[in-house]
Amino acid sequence: MPTLPDTPGVPTAVELPAISIQGLSKSFGTNEVLKDISLDVATGEVVCVIGPSGSGKSTLLRCVNMLETPTSGTIHVGADEMTDPDVDIDRVRRRIGMVFQSFNLFPHLTVLQNLTIAQTKVLRRSKAEADKVARHNLERVGMTHKEDAFPAQLSGGQQQRVAIARSLSMDPELMLFDEPTSALDPELVGEVLAVMKSLANQGMTMMIVTHEMAFAREVADRVVFMDGGYVVEEGSPADVIGDPKESRTKSFLHRVLNPLVIEPDELTDEGVQDLR
Amino acid sequence: MALDTAAPPKPRMSRRQRARLTRWAQYGVGILVVLFLVVKTDWAQFNAAFFRLDIVQRMWPSVITIGLKNTLIYTALAFIFGLALGLIIAMMKLSSIGPYRWFANAYVELFRGLPALVVLFMVAYGIPNAFPGFQFPGDIYGKVMVGLGLTAAAYMAETIRAGIQAVPKGQVEAARTLRMGYGRTIFSIVLPQAFRVVIPPLTNEIILLVKDSSLVYVLGVTFAQYELTKFSQDFLNRTVNPTPLIVGALCYLIITLPLSSLVRALEKRYAKAR
Repeated sequence: MPTLPDTPGVPTAVELPAISIQGLSKSFGTNEVLKDISLDVATGEVVCVIGPSGSGKSTLLRCVNMLETPTSGTIHVGADEMTDPDVDIDRVRRRIGMVFQSFNLFPHLTVLQNLTIAQTKVLRRSKAEADKVARHNLERVGMTHKEDAFPAQLSGGQQQRVAIARSLSMDPELMLFDEPTSALDPELVGEVLAVMKSLANQGMTMMIVTHEMAFAREVADRVVFMDGGYVVEEGSPADVIGDPKESRTKSFLHRVLNPLVIEPDELTDEGVQDLR
Repeated sequence: MALDTAAPPKPRMSRRQRARLTRWAQYGVGILVVLFLVVKTDWAQFNAAFFRLDIVQRMWPSVITIGLKNTLIYTALAFIFGLALGLIIAMMKLSSIGPYRWFANAYVELFRGLPALVVLFMVAYGIPNAFPGFQFPGDIYGKVMVGLGLTAAAYMAETIRAGIQAVPKGQVEAARTLRMGYGRTIFSIVLPQAFRVVIPPLTNEIILLVKDSSLVYVLGVTFAQYELTKFSQDFLNRTVNPTPLIVGALCYLIITLPLSSLVRALEKRYAKAR
């Protein structure tokens, strides 16, 4: 496990929530994926979004930095309204880092170039300064020894750590993680979670879509359970994961935590029929 | 039914033995054909037809300084024009704006469907006629650049479009979350990756252009403007002997063979960075 040096938290405007989602709906054609979602994320808070696949978790996350355009509703990031057509999305996006399930490192660039390209081309930092920031962030994720490697030469866990460092190099105020460990071999999950945990400890505001219940239970300040485009239940990890109130939450967690509990006669064309 | 179990088993060849025998039989037939040709050919006559050294000497060195040089220039001009226009057409094909897509589709269908010779004719003679007073910059060079480049652009647009579409969508999303704008994303992230994909098909385009440059003769060129084919043809007419064609053909290979090995070298170099 990489050990990470402490970095002072990013100063932010207090009072306002880091992310404020109000009445958000999103449809793809006739398929309504998000239905009237309202959710706030406070500065410095770590929110884990859990739920079955197709429940709209990833779409919700992608709406926050406008990779998907919401059908209705508003999203504020700090004081800026992302959903306002007049707002300069790129300016607001600068404050939002995003980490993808499939890493999405640039395969034609070395690790260091992956971290510096946006710094030099977008933030107009000098090469020396960009290199310095990049190396600092590689150190935070324990990847300094691979700065000259190409992404294809790294393991999945290493690629994801580099991807996190790449996001950090743009000095984001908050970070979005879209199933960051779902594409990893099981033995590589831990190194990525360790990096995320240390970020959380450093006070980074984080919104994480994940299937890692142990991580959510330990690191999250709040857990949001989504199903069928709705927020079904939210609260502290101890409440939502440890003692869920809603039957859909119970059913989901039961299946996730006990994958061998499903009997063959419970299988239907749709997958698994709801327990209870 | 009585089986004759006493008889010794028929010696059967294994699959591998049979394959080896077949291969040697093929070699044998091949060697026989070559031997037959070598024996039957009247070599004195053959050399007189195809390898008259005195003719080669007469062509030297102008076959290089005029023929080969002009072929290279015409090819390069048409390629540069075609690549630039092809890139624009490819972007238009992928645009979310309808009229851009329609124009690009119409362009590709039109210029891919017309013979390169016809396009070259129309550009070189049609445009100056339609716009009196208009002169192509560099005269012959401008005409060739546009006349052959328009056709090349249609083919290259399709190739480049496929290359761009081969770049995963996540790459664009990652660039967007890093706040790169549209143009920056295209030029720094998408095109460098697309370029690696399209190197082999683009080389094909160059090789096709090398050969299309032989059409330039229809523009009524002077001796100093001859490319390889016209140059060889000229000597063919003067000497009434096919040797010049052989020399010209070899010169084409001098251009195309290194291109193929250049592609292999580039692909090897990019192998780890994709």
